[in-house]
Amino acid sequence: MTLKLGVPSKGRLMEKTFQWFANYGITLARTGSEREYSGVVEGIEGVELVLLSAGEVPRELAAGRIHMGVTGSDLVREKLPLWHMQVTELAEMGFGHADLIIAVPSHWVDVETLDDLDAAAAAFRARHGFRLRIATKYHRLIRNYLRTHGVADYQLVDSQGATEGTVRQETAEAVADITSTGETLRANHLRMLSDGPVHQSQATLFTSMIAPWDDEAMAAKEQIKARLGLRD
Amino acid sequence: MPARTIPKAAILAEAARLRALFDDAGAMPVATSILQPAGALLDLYGEDIRARAFTTSDPLHGEQMLRPDFTVPVVQMHMAGGADPARYTYSGEVFRRQEDDPDRAREYIQVGFELFDGSDPARADAEVFALIAHALAEIPLRVATGDIGILSAAIRGLHTSDRRKAALLRHLWRPTRFRGLLDRFAAGPDKRRLKLLHSDDPFRQAGPEIGLRSRAEVETRLAALREDAQEPPLPKAQVQLLDDLLNLQDRAPAALHHLQDLAVDMPAIFRAVETLEVRLDALSERGIDIDKLDFEGSYGRTNMEYYDGFVFGFYAEGRRDLPPVALGGRYDALTRVLGQGRSIPAVGAVIRPDLALLTGTAP
Repeated sequence: MTLKLGVPSKGRLMEKTFQWFANYGITLARTGSEREYSGVVEGIEGVELVLLSAGEVPRELAAGRIHMGVTGSDLVREKLPLWHMQVTELAEMGFGHADLIIAVPSHWVDVETLDDLDAAAAAFRARHGFRLRIATKYHRLIRNYLRTHGVADYQLVDSQGATEGTVRQETAEAVADITSTGETLRANHLRMLSDGPVHQSQATLFTSMIAPWDDEAMAAKEQIKARLGLRD
Repeated sequence: MPARTIPKAAILAEAARLRALFDDAGAMPVATSILQPAGALLDLYGEDIRARAFTTSDPLHGEQMLRPDFTVPVVQMHMAGGADPARYTYSGEVFRRQEDDPDRAREYIQVGFELFDGSDPARADAEVFALIAHALAEIPLRVATGDIGILSAAIRGLHTSDRRKAALLRHLWRPTRFRGLLDRFAAGPDKRRLKLLHSDDPFRQAGPEIGLRSRAEVETRLAALREDAQEPPLPKAQVQLLDDLLNLQDRAPAALHHLQDLAVDMPAIFRAVETLEVRLDALSERGIDIDKLDFEGSYGRTNMEYYDGFVFGFYAEGRRDLPPVALGGRYDALTRVLGQGRSIPAVGAVIRPDLALLTGTAP
């Protein structure tokens, strides 16, 4: 069977992915009308392009419906438990950089570190009667991170967008989200903790360990790896 | 090693055998719902429980969890109007999400025994331990015991502020953060922190007050931090005594001697060590060979939040990959949290019949 390569279907992530492959002599292109999600791969044999939302790439890799896929390393870690048993990182692509960080209102001058956040959470719970709320869509990553660092008395509330606004709206006390420049955080009077990012994400080319790797798909993978200058 | 599966019928038969033993010990059989309101469990265990329990939503009753253990609903039931003293037994499925290990069971049977009796804690501890040891007597198991009560007594006796003691007690179950706190209390505040605390206006570049945590709350914590900065560093000798206690690992009689020696320098643990001595006597009376019993100063700190006294576990010898076959301890603190002001001394234990069979029949 042909090797199915899943790539983001729109926006800058798609353009940069196309550019990145083009640098290695592999041409990815969309076909048909601007709204039609179909594409072609030129310059290499036996590869089929699958256009997807970046958020769906981890799931499709884990289900083995695509052999290879481009998505953020943060999304793979968030969406796939035991991700390293389901996919391997073939190449970091050097764009789509974003840090997953925890941020608090900048007027919390007493909270600089996780240590402070933990202490503030204990006091907050005692005073308000519920656990300090952190808005995020990265539930697994943040929960694991806070558990590893022994932070208690918090709760995660789901926020799928405009997360930085939740503090002002008083639906959360703090946020955990990705940021590249920190500008949105500053505009919303938030400041990240000084402990450093939870995860430094970038666009990454993954291969699925679940997909059916028959001879044809394997041959196509070897061709791609040769073009990328990767050896086993 | 591929997981060997024990037929469900055999597990149920083993569960029935254990239940009968607990019935004979005078326990009243109780049952609880599989669907438990998520709120109480989340309040108790925090967000971490979401990684360990299956959550589902009920359109009318809100978030529910598939029973991750029996202890919480049994304690709630008892607090709502049980007799004192009371012995309960139960048997049924519990459900655990497994994010890290596909071979670990997601649903399994637990058979438990819970004893609510405040009259003589040492005898109650010994009764529950002996019952479990007796039930599993045919199986080669390694037994570990500990006592969270001695640890918390040691913390309460440190020469430092109540606030610092409270912080250490709160994180007794999170060894990494506990260590971090100890190190910080021993070192004193860092320069950056002192600069903030001594600033004329700590809020100079703070930005507007947004969110539910008010500026007054920030100021309250700053005041607390200023007070804390005046606090002398925790004496090294005290940290060493605490480390000595945490690293203690010996047979019970030798451990007791060691603890009695420690109590000379740490008088705060004297009563708790006495409790251990009385408990060991009570265990002996119940026919337990305490000369072969292991005692670990840190035992129960990583996986047994809310156990606050005697703790114990029975493990398959040479199988560190397996969870404990039986686990138990005293959880007065849990009844205090769930009882909204009331508390009842309680001790209990659970056995996993599947693991008992797996270990018992292993070649």
